[in-house]
Amino acid sequence: MTGDEAPNRRRHAEHVMGTVVSFDVPARAGEPRGQGSLGQAVRWLHWVDATFSPYRDESDVSRFGRGELPLADCAPELAEVLEACAVISARSGGYFTTTPGGTFDPSGYVKGWAIERAAAIFTAAGSAEHSVNGGGDVQFVGSRLWRVGIADPLQPGRLAVVVAGRDFAVATSGVAERGPHIIDPYTGQPPAGLASITVVGATLAETDAFATAAFAMGSVARDWVESLDRYEAFAITAAGVTWQTSGFGAYLG
Amino acid sequence: MRRVILAVTGTIAGLVALLSFKSHVPSVPVAATTGGSAGSSSSSSSSSGGQTTTVPGEFPQGSLAGKLPAGETAVDGEAANTAYGPVQIQLIERNTKIVKVAVLVQPANTLHDIQIGAFAFPKLISETLSAQNGKIDAVSGASYTSAGYIQSLQSALDKRT
Repeated sequence: MTGDEAPNRRRHAEHVMGTVVSFDVPARAGEPRGQGSLGQAVRWLHWVDATFSPYRDESDVSRFGRGELPLADCAPELAEVLEACAVISARSGGYFTTTPGGTFDPSGYVKGWAIERAAAIFTAAGSAEHSVNGGGDVQFVGSRLWRVGIADPLQPGRLAVVVAGRDFAVATSGVAERGPHIIDPYTGQPPAGLASITVVGATLAETDAFATAAFAMGSVARDWVESLDRYEAFAITAAGVTWQTSGFGAYLG
Repeated sequence: MRRVILAVTGTIAGLVALLSFKSHVPSVPVAATTGGSAGSSSSSSSSSGGQTTTVPGEFPQGSLAGKLPAGETAVDGEAANTAYGPVQIQLIERNTKIVKVAVLVQPANTLHDIQIGAFAFPKLISETLSAQNGKIDAVSGASYTSAGYIQSLQSALDKRT
């Protein structure tokens, strides 16, 4: 299908938020620096970066974290993000946290949320089929079957599995991206057990945050994701064993 | 922002550890060879002093553009920096399906690189082709050292339309 539509499609890769965000959108979305929906989405992501990056000293998140800026004086989106983070933290039994390294850092939610919102910009502009991939976490919009390869963390470049779905989100959390940052808040140690976990759901903000929480959980993530309605997971353990939740088979591409 | 808690992806922890300790060497374009020579590490040749080294693999090395039958097109990914040097691949498509992958650039200046190249690249590319069974729209997951490859694949995907 996509091949047939190719002349009407536009792909763009934008370097932002410390990663590359790839767009697969209708050609009528315009130019990345233009006034169309692609330009709007790109500007939105750069705004999110400037406002929410914990690596920028003058971002609202940094100033809020240092206690220099009251929430009421921050971008109103920060309050929205904090509220969502609190919900996810509660749903994950505290495995998702806005203070992963001891300091305020809501990045675990912000990236997926920003990508989901970017995808919504195209929907609002009338697109019925588009995807936005934020460095490996993807929001797919459209009723056609989208296919996404899941990188195998144990064999660089290899795809462990192909996931397919319609109007859905896919997020993977794993060893490499963790760096020194993903820490089990209960043990203070890096999580053991999983090399990566991929979560599929309807919308990326929650799906991505759930993937982060699930990865921090390690092996108990399986039961936890099973307990969540409308979310499924596929994991690869450090030993190379894979497991999936009971409904994941519906997404196998 | 860089992902702190999360997720961009996954990698081979062992490989990452190995690569992380290796000093950087500039990569060189791989020599164009007749594609498809099934390689093994034993057929790798090494040279000292950072000279060009050909790393055989189970996939073509060097651009296939201009050598393709009618109906197939080559799409170059962007060179991506990995912990062990720039990596660039080329996707060969027929009717929007990936039918082949060629390696344009990979690190190949040290014995260590060669071992990785001979082992990991053929494996990962052949597996990529077989696993995707045709067309994929995107790649989820990534990792520090494989980020180069993943990003390169994604960038090639980004250029498909």
